Amino acid sequence: MSTAVMDKAEAEAKGPASHLITVTLRIRRYNSEVSDEPWWDDFQVDVDPKDRVLDVLHTIKWEHDGTLTFRRSCAHGICGSDAMRINGRNRLACKTLIKDIGPEKPISVEPIKGLAVLKDLVVDMEPFFQAYRDVMPFLVTTGNEPTRERLQSAEDRERFDDTTKCILCAACTSSCPVFWNDGQYFGPAAIVNAHRFIFDSRDEAGEQRLEILNDKDGVWRCRTVFNCTDACPRGIQVTKAIQEVKRALITRRF
Amino acid sequence: MNNVKFHKYDTVIVGAGGAGMRAAIESTKRSRTAVLTKLYPTRSHTGAAQGGMAAALANVEEDNWEWHTFDTIKGGDYLVDQDAAEILAKEAIDSVLDLEKMGLPFNRTPQGKIDQRRFGGHSRNHGEAPVRRSCYAADRTGHMILQTLYQNCVKEGVEFFNEFYVLDLLLNDVDGVKRTAGVVAYELATGDVHVFQAKAVVFASGGNGKFFKVTSNAHTLTGDGQASAFRRGLPLEDMEFFQFHPTGIWKMGILLTEGARGEGGILRNKDGERFMEKYAPVMKDLASRDVVSRAIYTEIREGRGCGPEGDHVYLDLTHLPPEQLDAKLPDITEFARTYLGIEPYTDPVPIQPTAHYAMGGIPTNVRGEALADNDTPVPGLYAAGEVACVSVHGANRLGTNSLLDINVFGRRAGIAAAEYADTAEYVELPDEPAKFVLDEIENLRDATGSERVVEIRRALQETMDKNVMVFRTEQTLKEAVEEIGQLRRRYRNISVQDKGKRFNTDLLEAIELGNLLDLAEVTAVSALARKESRGGHYREDFPNRDDVNFMRHTMAYREVGDDGAESIRLDYKPVVQTRYQPMERKY
Ligand SMILES: Cc1cc2nc3c(=O)[nH]c(=O)nc-3n(C[C@H](O)[C@H](O)[C@H](O)COP(=O)(O)OP(=O)(O)OC[C@H]3O[C@@H](n4cnc5c(N)ncnc54)[C@H](O)[C@@H]3O)c2cc1C
Ligand code: SF4
Ligand code: FES
Repeated sequence: MSTAVMDKAEAEAKGPASHLITVTLRIRRYNSEVSDEPWWDDFQVDVDPKDRVLDVLHTIKWEHDGTLTFRRSCAHGICGSDAMRINGRNRLACKTLIKDIGPEKPISVEPIKGLAVLKDLVVDMEPFFQAYRDVMPFLVTTGNEPTRERLQSAEDRERFDDTTKCILCAACTSSCPVFWNDGQYFGPAAIVNAHRFIFDSRDEAGEQRLEILNDKDGVWRCRTVFNCTDACPRGIQVTKAIQEVKRALITRRF
Repeated sequence: MNNVKFHKYDTVIVGAGGAGMRAAIESTKRSRTAVLTKLYPTRSHTGAAQGGMAAALANVEEDNWEWHTFDTIKGGDYLVDQDAAEILAKEAIDSVLDLEKMGLPFNRTPQGKIDQRRFGGHSRNHGEAPVRRSCYAADRTGHMILQTLYQNCVKEGVEFFNEFYVLDLLLNDVDGVKRTAGVVAYELATGDVHVFQAKAVVFASGGNGKFFKVTSNAHTLTGDGQASAFRRGLPLEDMEFFQFHPTGIWKMGILLTEGARGEGGILRNKDGERFMEKYAPVMKDLASRDVVSRAIYTEIREGRGCGPEGDHVYLDLTHLPPEQLDAKLPDITEFARTYLGIEPYTDPVPIQPTAHYAMGGIPTNVRGEALADNDTPVPGLYAAGEVACVSVHGANRLGTNSLLDINVFGRRAGIAAAEYADTAEYVELPDEPAKFVLDEIENLRDATGSERVVEIRRALQETMDKNVMVFRTEQTLKEAVEEIGQLRRRYRNISVQDKGKRFNTDLLEAIELGNLLDLAEVTAVSALARKESRGGHYREDFPNRDDVNFMRHTMAYREVGDDGAESIRLDYKPVVQTRYQPMERKY
């Protein structure tokens, strides 16, 4: 018999079933069909402190204002649809609980920065995906295909594990001051995805990718601000990956 | 009025999850292909899959595709078409190797080969002992498959139309035969309607789990493909078979992989009792998904559930070393911390069964050709992935067989569609091809009715959870059919608040709800008629499998009477049996 289970069951049985609190969400709105200028709307909603910001956005959309627009799909931090600026920090709305972000004060929700706002919290993702596509984000090999799998040691596989976790949510890129000032910069996410292949022992196009990132809009623009690492909802060491790419450019060893 | 734009492609693929992108990689090499997807490809729900992809590579121990075939058929409670299961298991091997060559970072054995691990229902030599058949990449296998396929689509220059919602399938009668003419899509960014004329159309638009409240499915899994085909008079197969996964996070439904119990996790009731010992003395917590889900609900109903409402049980991992949890289950332990504020090292995790996977869908043959009846293909129409029913999963899908399905049959459908498009002529578009979609949009946008999407959707999900979930009886199913009927009538009086053209997700949620209502009705009606229990479909009033009367697939058709009244007609289709005779399913 597990005592943890017993204690937990007892505590739960005694605890209150619900404990709603009232929060204010201050949301940055924009709709070109209504106005050329963005504006702020405040919504007061009763929520469970354990609700996700995404749940509260849904409550607002479904119960108060159907025009409120945002992207979402999986609702548990896997699909990368709902990166937004919550209280000034880039986060996934579905991975951020109300109780963790100071619900006593109004919670601000804005679109991520550096990409054109199309409506409310929806931004134009095309430049972001274009930068991704530009770094050749696919395995390149030459010679005859083996009949079975290519062999790769567990250590070689581990070498690029961190950067395989990326869900292309753009939280990193849109938190980067260099990207805000110059949309031509590839941005951290593209570099993360280049890293994923440069350090894959099976790949043979590392040199080409490094040349792409050696460009004036490439890795050298990074000023190691660490915003990207703080923003990444997958816990990827983004700045470290960028540093590794820079080092590979100098040493040509990877 | 919305703009209508016209496009012409050889092949159009609807959906960019695993199945759609696997098809696109093949068809783009062979024909001019467009992929229409309501989500950016990398947002598709294939990315949420955790456990792995089955293939008898025999990299770590003896295994072969014949054993895999048997397990798939037995797991599906013998409702599986055995010829299709054999193809699935045989082609599994190349399909994993193909992914590896495309760059998928599988976990490796000490020899550098693709590593494999155990998963429920996969056995050596016809049930002798568990076998290591699941190829995996940490607990992120689906994520890696989705990323790898997208990367290869970029490499092959696949043409995507992102955030295009396909809302109608165009068929046209030529010489008395319904042929595929194209699809109609709604562009989220602009509100424009696009007619895509195509020789071949592949539906790869995923599942329909959102008609349940507690589900592991994404908000966007609303069965748009199934509903479009059904509305155009095509059948849906075996819709009553839906899989309920035992361990979803309480109330939220977020999945905690079967691997958690594989690592030694134990299910406990409010008395701390390991209740699975009573229900499955041998396999205990690792019995098949339908068995465990029923056991959990029995505990809850008999008053041994946990919490003030007694509405869940615990997944207890507290006896496992923290290092083991960190190494083997990093993502799901993080889910418990993030969403429940629970530390799985020291506290049990509240769970309940969660609606997980649609075994049924658009019927296809093994070439991926969609069927107009029990065996006649609709020329030019294909389906693959969770939207389709081949049927390789029968009454209950084995874990790790869906990631396999999307790769094997996604590839087959992509090749078949492109080859067909290579020789076929375009079928003339029907008159006013966009009319249905334009009318639907106009009606919804102009409507001033008092009904709200959120209320109807909530009521639908509640009745489905209450009446069509793990336990079903004639009474609950009749109640569901009745309530869904009422909700469908209320739906006609619905209105949306957003009247705009740009990014009108309010409007699209209303359309998605319409699809869910149609499919819920098919599911409940099919379940009502199946007076037996098999795999995921459990009837308390008919607790046994009945091979004499029900060893057959359900085929549901939409009928419209002369007075315009709609009804569902059920027909049946024999199961393809090759070498395996039905036996009692014991684990
Ligand atoms: C949490 C979870 C874990 C799982 N784990 C496993 C596992 O370990 N092993 C396993 O084998 N299986 C697993 N499964 C099942 C498996 O992941 C899915 O069945 C499979 O990925 C479905 O793939 P798909 O390509 O058919 O659909 P999806 O990946 O869902 O893609 C559907 C696509 O269709 C598009 N679409 C939908 N509607 C429209 C429309 N109207 N117009 C245009 N496009 C549209 C979407 O944009 C999307 O691109 C899991 C499922 C879940 C939910
Ligand atoms: S690196 Fe992290 S923050 Fe950046 S796109 Fe990938 S997952 Fe998002
Ligand atoms: S909705 Fe998928 S990451 Fe938030």
